[in-house]
Amino acid sequence: MASFKPTKIQVYPKLGEKVTQDTLYWKNYKAPVQIKEFGAVTSIDFSPVTPHNFAVTAFTRIHIYGPFSQEPVKSFTRFKDTAYCGRFRSDGQLLVAGCEDSVVRLFDVSGKVALRLFKGHTKAVHLTDFTSDRYQILTGSDDYTCRLWDIPNATELTTYTEHTDYIRCGVTSKLNRDLFITGSYDHTVKLFDARVEKSVITMDHGQPVESVLLYPSEGLLVSAGGRHVKVWDLLKGGQPLVSLKNHHKTVTSLALSSNGQRLLSASLDRHVKVYNTTNYKVVHNFDYAASILSLGLAPDDASIVVGMTNSILSIKHRKNQEDSKEIAGQQRRRPSYRVFVKGKNYVPKQDDYLVSKPVKEHLAKYDKQLQRFNVSKALDTALGTYIRFRKPEITVAVIKELDRRGTLKNALAGRDERGLSQLLNFIIGNLVDARFTPVLVTAAEMILDIYQSVIGQSPVVDRQLLRLQDLVKREIEFQKDLLEVLGMLDTMFASSLPRKESASASAPTVDPFPTCSLNTDS
Amino acid sequence: MVEHGDIRVVHCGGSKINFRDPVITHDSRFLLCASGEAVKVFSTSTEECIHELRGHTGLVTGVLLRPSNHLQVYSSSLDGTLRLWDFTDGILIKVGQRFQLVAVHLPQSGDQMVEAQELSAVLSGVNPNPAAIAFGRGVRTCRHKDNKKGGWNTFTCVACHPKDDCIATGHEDGKIRLWRNFNHKKEYTYSTLHWHHSTVSSLCFTPEGTNLLSGGVESVLVQWRYNQESERDFLPRLGGAITHITVSPDGSLFCTSHSDNKITIIQSCVKVSAVIQGLVKGDSIRTDLMMDPRSKALVLNGKPGHLQFYSLQRDKLLYNLDIVQQEYIHESGLQQFEVVKAAFDASGSWLATVEERHQKAAELELNLKLWAFDEQTQSFVLNTTISAPHDAQITAMCFCQPTDSQTTLLVSTSKDGHFKAWQLAAPAHTEGPSWLCDFVSAYHGLVPECCSFSADGSLLAVVFQEVVTVWSPSTWELLTTLSQPPGAVSDLCFGRLSCSKYLLGTTASNLLCWNLLTCSLEWTTSMDVRRLVADPLSENMAAFCYQSGSTDLFVFKPSEPRPLFSHKAVCSGKVTQAVFAPREEMLESCEESSQWLNRSQLYFLTQQMVNNISTSAEEKQNENVAMTPFYLLLGKHRQQQQEHQDSDSSLWAERTLLQTPAHVLPSTSYLCSMFVQSLLISVSDAREEKAHAEEEMESEKEEEDSEEEMESSRSKPELAAAAATESDTPALTKAQARELRRVRKLDHSWLAGLLDS
Repeated sequence: MASFKPTKIQVYPKLGEKVTQDTLYWKNYKAPVQIKEFGAVTSIDFSPVTPHNFAVTAFTRIHIYGPFSQEPVKSFTRFKDTAYCGRFRSDGQLLVAGCEDSVVRLFDVSGKVALRLFKGHTKAVHLTDFTSDRYQILTGSDDYTCRLWDIPNATELTTYTEHTDYIRCGVTSKLNRDLFITGSYDHTVKLFDARVEKSVITMDHGQPVESVLLYPSEGLLVSAGGRHVKVWDLLKGGQPLVSLKNHHKTVTSLALSSNGQRLLSASLDRHVKVYNTTNYKVVHNFDYAASILSLGLAPDDASIVVGMTNSILSIKHRKNQEDSKEIAGQQRRRPSYRVFVKGKNYVPKQDDYLVSKPVKEHLAKYDKQLQRFNVSKALDTALGTYIRFRKPEITVAVIKELDRRGTLKNALAGRDERGLSQLLNFIIGNLVDARFTPVLVTAAEMILDIYQSVIGQSPVVDRQLLRLQDLVKREIEFQKDLLEVLGMLDTMFASSLPRKESASASAPTVDPFPTCSLNTDS
Repeated sequence: MVEHGDIRVVHCGGSKINFRDPVITHDSRFLLCASGEAVKVFSTSTEECIHELRGHTGLVTGVLLRPSNHLQVYSSSLDGTLRLWDFTDGILIKVGQRFQLVAVHLPQSGDQMVEAQELSAVLSGVNPNPAAIAFGRGVRTCRHKDNKKGGWNTFTCVACHPKDDCIATGHEDGKIRLWRNFNHKKEYTYSTLHWHHSTVSSLCFTPEGTNLLSGGVESVLVQWRYNQESERDFLPRLGGAITHITVSPDGSLFCTSHSDNKITIIQSCVKVSAVIQGLVKGDSIRTDLMMDPRSKALVLNGKPGHLQFYSLQRDKLLYNLDIVQQEYIHESGLQQFEVVKAAFDASGSWLATVEERHQKAAELELNLKLWAFDEQTQSFVLNTTISAPHDAQITAMCFCQPTDSQTTLLVSTSKDGHFKAWQLAAPAHTEGPSWLCDFVSAYHGLVPECCSFSADGSLLAVVFQEVVTVWSPSTWELLTTLSQPPGAVSDLCFGRLSCSKYLLGTTASNLLCWNLLTCSLEWTTSMDVRRLVADPLSENMAAFCYQSGSTDLFVFKPSEPRPLFSHKAVCSGKVTQAVFAPREEMLESCEESSQWLNRSQLYFLTQQMVNNISTSAEEKQNENVAMTPFYLLLGKHRQQQQEHQDSDSSLWAERTLLQTPAHVLPSTSYLCSMFVQSLLISVSDAREEKAHAEEEMESEKEEEDSEEEMESSRSKPELAAAAATESDTPALTKAQARELRRVRKLDHSWLAGLLDS
């Protein structure tokens, strides 16, 4: 006697992104901590020394957060107007920030009042940074100039007036105390050498430059502006290496993952994209709620900090080993593995006589009902809330099985308003799914056949039938359009292919969208 | 046998075993069933066929145990003879000439009632056992009811209670009626049992009359308690529809015959103990005949949704591979999934199957499944399922042949005008390798009919109605198209070995051969080739041509204009399926006309018109004339050996004496004299037996003579029949009685003395 063969659930290929090492790595972050700031978060900078606090510049304040604190550990509020670009010195002791009122302020991280004020710019200063010898400050301003300042004397050393528009971003070399790079709204990125009077290399980005970034080796430079992210080879005199256009709005911020293997770009289109720096392909993508203005990545990728226009600061911390252990500890409340294998892993001794016990086969509830030919009940089970929403393929498989048994009509018939509307809801929700269409079209036709005599009695069902009709009409229109497009493409392919005398074989055409037809005569 | 003395068509098995209800012997150890022209004796415990009682020249129509000697069995056949067999040894004891009527001694359909009644009267005369009488009475009932109730409820089967005055009838609407007090005319009452949803096809009471068994299309055996009809036991999912139910005389075993050529043996506690499965012949053979390259088994579709692997050497079904993997619903008018195409790759490690279900004109459900051979379980495991591989039915499918190539390639052609190439893709991270579509192509919107790979796998030929296209599988370029005289090409195959430059095709009226080097037609002959088969091990090809009601066979090499072998009228009717099966041992025949059979054998399926046996597998076999006397010699030698063994077995007394532990035996001095005496007896006995053997041979001769006599007296069958029944018992018992007497004497002479003391 053969055992009952359970209903076969079709396994459909999983749609969506493929699981790669990168997705695993970048998904391994906890749920974000969100902190409301006083205004749009324009800059995030991590302290180079442990414990890697980070300075968040938002509106007229700079907050310094600890690595795990929800509250700022320190605040600098002595700004007369909007602050810009709070940056740490390489020893983590000093912090510099520009301001809308054109004054550059230097703070001691442990203190409260500005140690130095650098006055000289005539417009808002959006760029501030320390040079690698720690004694000088680079600033860039909306007055088209960038300047170098001496910290001890608080005096201006040099002024460069080569840019012809606002300077909004820049970076100093970590290896050479004299080199620094600025990006401007005049579409250029310029490399300056403090030992000479003018820029050494000029690179044309093509759009207003919003952010620049140097690789740790400082051989490559990344600039972001407009929708483009461009990589330049400095050692070849500023030759463009690659141009990436993966965002559909202006890219505002760039960051490098700590090992230099991945590049992150944040954009006003609310995405953060992760690129592989060997082939510059997007390997991962983060979604955020609002347009992103600033992005910071903690050393060792321990956390991703993102500042948005809606003045929300989002901090994602990396899951560490201890956390996962904690979770495992919580799960261990369930019966242990030992309970389940109890007695099953017993190895019989030599003289033992084995009495085989029939293996009890587990059948799903709908299978048990199908085995007893309770077709309506089986369909009800398959239409249960969990299955219907989470695993529609099971519902569809049961409907298909009923159809194969020739009892689908019996199972569909005899339903009250609630049952019918539930069924119709499921059909409306899944009818246009190409995987389920053939089965559900049959079921929908049967429903119309069965219940056409009671149409007009229930407003709920009538509304759903109209929705179904609408849906089918729209779908047919879509399919027609798609077929037209396909035909056009075929013509184009055929004309573009080199015509050989034997190439009478048409180009491979596969119709991925089976046309659906349904009589909605309701 | 006819034109060629050395090559003949041999029926090689696959006959029906569910034609008539089987018989279980008294000791429940054997099961006898009619199978084609023979009676097969199966063991009920091991499912093995122990003997095949051959001798009838027509279809065996009935098997019945001899009531007076339960070690013997009667069989009736369409050839007009009744034969008596000893089934434990498989020996023919007696041939009786009777009417052909015996052949139809069990028809139970309503329109044959009258005829059946006459017949059963004859039967009850032959063996007055209660079953036959009951059957006669049952027929009378049927006639009664036919008169009374008219045609609104047709009877399908009837059974009589062995003790009570009760008759059970099965009806077409699934009801069972129990009629009581039937002997009192016009006073009978009846009760109705209803469980079956469609026709009850068989009913049977257990010997004690405590249970009633019924079965029908649902393939559920229902056991009703007599007088407690609300209590029932079920045994579901037995396989095909139940056609017969029989119970062993002691009631310990039930056995059901199924429409899928299967006999299930069920213990009385309603548990399946054994399954005897024959070659399943469904409504039609949709898949081609194939050889499994590993097991050398014949593969074709069998039960619905299954692929069967049938060993031709042992005439036994090896196993059924469940392709569809769905619960089969026994209901008429339901469209089920059917296996329509299957293909093996050259090494037998991959199997591709296509199943389809055609419900309405618009809907076609197609699944292409690829199965990998699992070395551990020695069976095929599902690797990939491709649902809807094509938009329309798949017309042909073939694997790339070469065994050494790294990538396996499958090509399928479909009525949607495309052909697709499927390739084993590299393994993904988590799962093993699976099959993906590699290439899709079409040719002028024509429908591809069949496809074939060349022997080395470098060329693929696809037939698009009248045009043969040749493709290169490595680059998927169309290399050339071959033209030909009008008519769609229906069959296509490449030549092999030295003839690999030839491509052969058949149309409705022509056999065509192209030379692939010149891309031109090499030769063509006008014949209606129904089937073209290539031998995988040689250059030979076999063509089956249909001509005026019968099929001719031609075996030829593509390079030679003259056929190697031709055989007119191999069988009547059309041959649609044939296959070359490689031999296990190569034959060394030097005769030119039979050399083509040295490496492989040719099997083909016929569609017989007569009777309702739809198909029968037959074998072309090489048989040497000189073999026959040698075989006889060998046979005699074997017989003598057997006799030796028999005489050995008569020495069992000594053996038991020597094998019994010494401490349980009487003292040696006590035993000695008797032991010596027994030795003396056995020696004389052996001599006696030799004499017996001679006598037996003589009596056999006599029997043969009497057979001849009977054949000569065929003009008066009744007389001969009477003579047969008379001479039946003495002819049998003479030899046996003597043997029995001897055994008795031998066994007990000294043991009895032992007991007396």
